Amino acid sequence: MSAVGVVFSNIHDENVPELSRQRTMGSLPYGGRYRLIDFALSNLVNSGVTTVGIITKNNYQSLMDHLGSGKDWDLARKTGGLVLLPPFGNENGGLYKNRLEALKGITGFLSRRNEDYVILCDCDGVYRMDFTDIIDYHEGKQADITIVCHTEDIANSDFYTIVDTDEANRVTGLKINERVVGRSHYYSNIMVIGRSFLLNIINDAIARGYNSFREDVIMKNLKSLKVYAYDFNGYYATIDSFGSYYKHNMELLDKSVRDELFGARDIYTKVRDSAPSKYGDGAVLNNALVSDGCIVEGTVENSILFRGVKVGKGSVIKNSIIMQDTVIGENVSLNCVVTDKNVVIRDRRNLSGCEVQPYFLPKGSMV
Amino acid sequence: MQRKKECVAMLLAGGQGSRLYALTNNIAKPAVPFGAKYRIIDFPLSNCINSGIDTVGVLTQYQPLLLNEYIGNGQPWDLDRAFGGVHVLSPYQKKSKSAWYEGTANAIYQNINFIKMYNPEYVLILSGDHIYKMDYSKMLRAHIDAEADCTIAAIEVPLKEASRFGILNTNADGSIYEFEEKPKQPKSTLASMGVYIFTAEKMYKYLEEDDDDPESSKDFGKNILPKMLAAGERMFAYQFDGYWKDVGTISSLWEANMDLLGETPVFDVADPAWKIHSRNPLAPPEYIGAGASVQNSMVALGCEIYGEVKNSVLSSNVVIEKGAAVKDSVIMSGTTVKAGAAVNYSIIDEDVVVGEDALVGADKDMAKGITVLGRNVTIGKGAKVSDGAIVDKNIQPGEEA
Repeated sequence: MSAVGVVFSNIHDENVPELSRQRTMGSLPYGGRYRLIDFALSNLVNSGVTTVGIITKNNYQSLMDHLGSGKDWDLARKTGGLVLLPPFGNENGGLYKNRLEALKGITGFLSRRNEDYVILCDCDGVYRMDFTDIIDYHEGKQADITIVCHTEDIANSDFYTIVDTDEANRVTGLKINERVVGRSHYYSNIMVIGRSFLLNIINDAIARGYNSFREDVIMKNLKSLKVYAYDFNGYYATIDSFGSYYKHNMELLDKSVRDELFGARDIYTKVRDSAPSKYGDGAVLNNALVSDGCIVEGTVENSILFRGVKVGKGSVIKNSIIMQDTVIGENVSLNCVVTDKNVVIRDRRNLSGCEVQPYFLPKGSMV
Repeated sequence: MQRKKECVAMLLAGGQGSRLYALTNNIAKPAVPFGAKYRIIDFPLSNCINSGIDTVGVLTQYQPLLLNEYIGNGQPWDLDRAFGGVHVLSPYQKKSKSAWYEGTANAIYQNINFIKMYNPEYVLILSGDHIYKMDYSKMLRAHIDAEADCTIAAIEVPLKEASRFGILNTNADGSIYEFEEKPKQPKSTLASMGVYIFTAEKMYKYLEEDDDDPESSKDFGKNILPKMLAAGERMFAYQFDGYWKDVGTISSLWEANMDLLGETPVFDVADPAWKIHSRNPLAPPEYIGAGASVQNSMVALGCEIYGEVKNSVLSSNVVIEKGAAVKDSVIMSGTTVKAGAAVNYSIIDEDVVVGEDALVGADKDMAKGITVLGRNVTIGKGAKVSDGAIVDKNIQPGEEA
């Protein structure tokens, strides 16, 4: 088997507007030193994929800065490697409006490849998955399309595609735009499809004036297309809102989650060459995840510190996510706060949110 | 026009580092881990790239495998270049007279053709066993301004330690009139740092002459520099007043690690203006569990700390289990200190397992010396390793060493 990866970096930008105002979903900071795209990319690379196209749309400066040549994912290759696929403008001056148009924009890239399969994934998931298992499953089922599904409790959201299957796991129905609450079997936006088959259906769909890959191509053709669901039972976190962003980050404080995601030590990210973190005489840490380049002089509890964060003396940080290069002064008290990059919090400030709605400080703000 | 480099650096990395005992059983001294995420060689390599020198030959001989793998194509130091970059130079077979590197000067002499490929005007000689941040471009500027044939970087050392170094006696203008290798009665306290800049043509000449001299021990400090001085070449000292530490002994390696700690550390590796580049570990952020305590310490990525850590430096992926206590110690990557174990005043190499309730070393104020545990060693449950011991084999449960 051989497969080319295609990652949609922008598709879910509306999920977490607080954090993706100035960046793509793919470049959302996550887990202390990662960006969401690192999970998709690392899984692809660890599954033996050596060519990955990244579809971009808006605000992808931070994404390009993060990816560079792709060398940190071992994707700086002479043949294939990391291929950025910025959008084509159409005659009306607009960019692509949906996934189908985005795919239409990369038919050139796809037709020049010679891999058998395409693995399509979005940047809204945090997981560790071996895609070769899915391709084996796909071949075993002689499927046209295999979609990766996951079953989880969903807290009131209409971002999900709910999947119904028969006993052979063939997809019999998809429900979209429905507000779901509770345990649901949903499509995790990861798909395996034959490369030439994908090219055919894109061209066909465009010729028929279709707008949606999911609705017009898949949902309406479930009888004629063999669409199978591959159930992924490992840890899978979908970032569908600011609340779930906070909740899933905090899950990394759980050793079993960390072991599953990072145990094999093969989630790659951009290297920053920060110095190791330093802890002062007065440092008190309790259930904290701390990235490199931090200087901790105060108390940090149930929190995640990204790279280069400074916590001054006498400050108490609880239940918070503090992003890259945030500077927290002395005797500050934070509870349930999420700071974006480069935030400065002056001495003696006292800020608090609550677990369902953490207090958010945008990039570069000064309090 | 022929492409050329103004200055090529040659980094002597072949030393065995026998005074580091168990730490250099299987690796060359420049590959010894330092400061939680670095290896010693990161310092000269980072100094080179930060000084604008992008062509570096690394001369290896003793146990080069890990060092070669670590340097790789030089990408972590931005030294993967189409013209120049970092190159590992091992001794090689020649048509006649194949030999190991017999001394520092001989190692350079055997690779003179490597240097000549870049047709440099100047050659910078470095050694791979010092921790320091130095801008070689300033030294090169001084060398050019003084129209020197050889410039030796020098640092003031305490008088009582001066007899361990090569001592430079200089005139008021910095020119050297006398060079004494490890003098019993030093006349000055200006010590050579083992960092030399030569005008390339002069260096070629003296290396070739030295190679023909059967009496010579083929060493820069013992042979080349005295010969140049005797011949009246223009030799200058370039005084360096920053932090510089020879980490060739267990105690100096320990001290240099401790110099990184504190609010205003003696030696700062986090200076954004002089980044120390290294091959980064692939690891998630470090986790510090409930009930753990980490004070005045440096901790690298991937560590999992559930016990107590004080005044220590921990490299990546170190696990300190609940109830374990680590104090005044340096622990290298992949090591696990199991529940209830105590580690005091020690240097522990990579991938060591300290068993449950084991005791390693003694309190710093009472210890006879620093305890050293070599790579891959397993200390059994309840075993005791006494202060100052150097251990490079497994210790059975309950045993004393």
